[in-house]
Amino acid sequence: MIGHNTLIVLLGCAALGAASGVVGAFALLRGRALLADAIGHAALPGVVAASLLMAAFGGPARGLEPLLLGAAFSAWLGLLALRALTASGRIRQDAAIGVVLSGFYALGTVGLSIAQAMPNAAQAGLSHFILGQAATLTQSDAMLTTGLALGCIGIVALLFQPLRALCFDEGFARSQGLPVRSLDLTLLALLLAVCVAGLPAVGLLLVVALLIVPAAAARLVTRGLPAMVVLAGALGAAAGASGALVSTRFENIPTGAAVVLAGLLGFGAAVMFQRR
Amino acid sequence: MTAPFSVTGLNVSYAGRPALVDVTWQAASGLTAILGPNGAGKSTLLKAALGLIPADSGQARFFGLTLEQARARIAYLPQRASVDWDFPASALDIVVMARLPRMRWWGPVPRAEREIARAALASVGLADFAGRQIGRLSGGQQQRVFLARALAQGADLFLMDEPMAAVDAVTEQAILAVLHDLARAGKSVLMVHHDLSLITAHFDHVLILAGHVVAAGTVTEAFTDANVARAFGGLPGRA
Repeated sequence: MIGHNTLIVLLGCAALGAASGVVGAFALLRGRALLADAIGHAALPGVVAASLLMAAFGGPARGLEPLLLGAAFSAWLGLLALRALTASGRIRQDAAIGVVLSGFYALGTVGLSIAQAMPNAAQAGLSHFILGQAATLTQSDAMLTTGLALGCIGIVALLFQPLRALCFDEGFARSQGLPVRSLDLTLLALLLAVCVAGLPAVGLLLVVALLIVPAAAARLVTRGLPAMVVLAGALGAAAGASGALVSTRFENIPTGAAVVLAGLLGFGAAVMFQRR
Repeated sequence: MTAPFSVTGLNVSYAGRPALVDVTWQAASGLTAILGPNGAGKSTLLKAALGLIPADSGQARFFGLTLEQARARIAYLPQRASVDWDFPASALDIVVMARLPRMRWWGPVPRAEREIARAALASVGLADFAGRQIGRLSGGQQQRVFLARALAQGADLFLMDEPMAAVDAVTEQAILAVLHDLARAGKSVLMVHHDLSLITAHFDHVLILAGHVVAAGTVTEAFTDANVARAFGGLPGRA
């Protein structure tokens, strides 16, 4: 029997998975999917800093919104650092992602150990941000996640045509006078929003998989972008819900791992039945 | 009548190495071939004029207007190699993209826009391939999808970057037929081209580049053995 709270959490994880699949499809086609990994890792210092600040100012012991805001802020700093590193053209994207990802994560880990040494119990749940633990989500946390996820899906639906044009042929889109820069920034913001929304449930280590695995699987078996996006969203939702269900039943299994393993089942099936 | 295209004092360099030096040129209406050896700056001229790569100095005018003002009257056909052909889209999906500046972005593609795209595909002989995923088309068919996309832009000036490089005979004929249709309809085409054998029969004007303007004018005036030899570094010109 699934309780009311569990049901809300499952719905939240399903919505998150759907948004990850949808946004991930475009990120994958734009060659930006690995940015999700950098974003996830770069979010940790922000989570820790936000929690320390809340404790210092006597804020609520457990509020998700400030933590996510902190995560988004520090992930944004990570993206800026990435851009600064690659600007000269002497450091390539993959190397820059490696530097930013490990640097921010190391910083966050140090911050986490400092926070955990402090007497205030407010920091207790922070380690869930690394591997993800859906069971710790409250109803309002799950509603927040759902809202963010649905918002992201809505924006993609509105901008489907220009985003597709951007992903297929940036030069042509630019020559037509489409706002290529704004569209790219929007896609980046969506990626950021999905990653940050996914942190509490899936964790920063594996949030990248939720963006890549459903989209990559859907790409193998579809010929058109609408089909790919819908299938990626459906796979993501299924992986999110089933992973969360498993991890709420077995508290020792982190949600992130369960979600990713569920997604990989879908990916394996896609590899077997891929289009020729 | 205002020239469909002109550049004044255009200088472009890649990482400090000059690619185009002080190019000043005015295109006439009709079909113009842009010729020159590899690295002569032919594609660079089109890309810089369209703002796709930065120019060090100089300006481009389209029908006497700036790029922004004339954007809707310009169609661009980039080199085929520059995209991912495994992209999940059909030929029709690609051609419909040409209509984006003129249609609302949300919701399904309006029927009228879809019909324009279908007509463009039909005019390059691909009416029966509208629904096919682009990766499953031949190289020549892919090139014609790009041409149809340019046609669907409804432009008056077409900038084409080597559309006839490495295509089959059917595609070459289809492209030439489209060129002549465009010329009859009073459109202008600037086409980067490599096959010198087609120039006399199919083009009105040439621009011969070698990092700078070697010669420009009507085919009879400018497309001479001497000019071709100068541009191609004294090598036998007829490739």
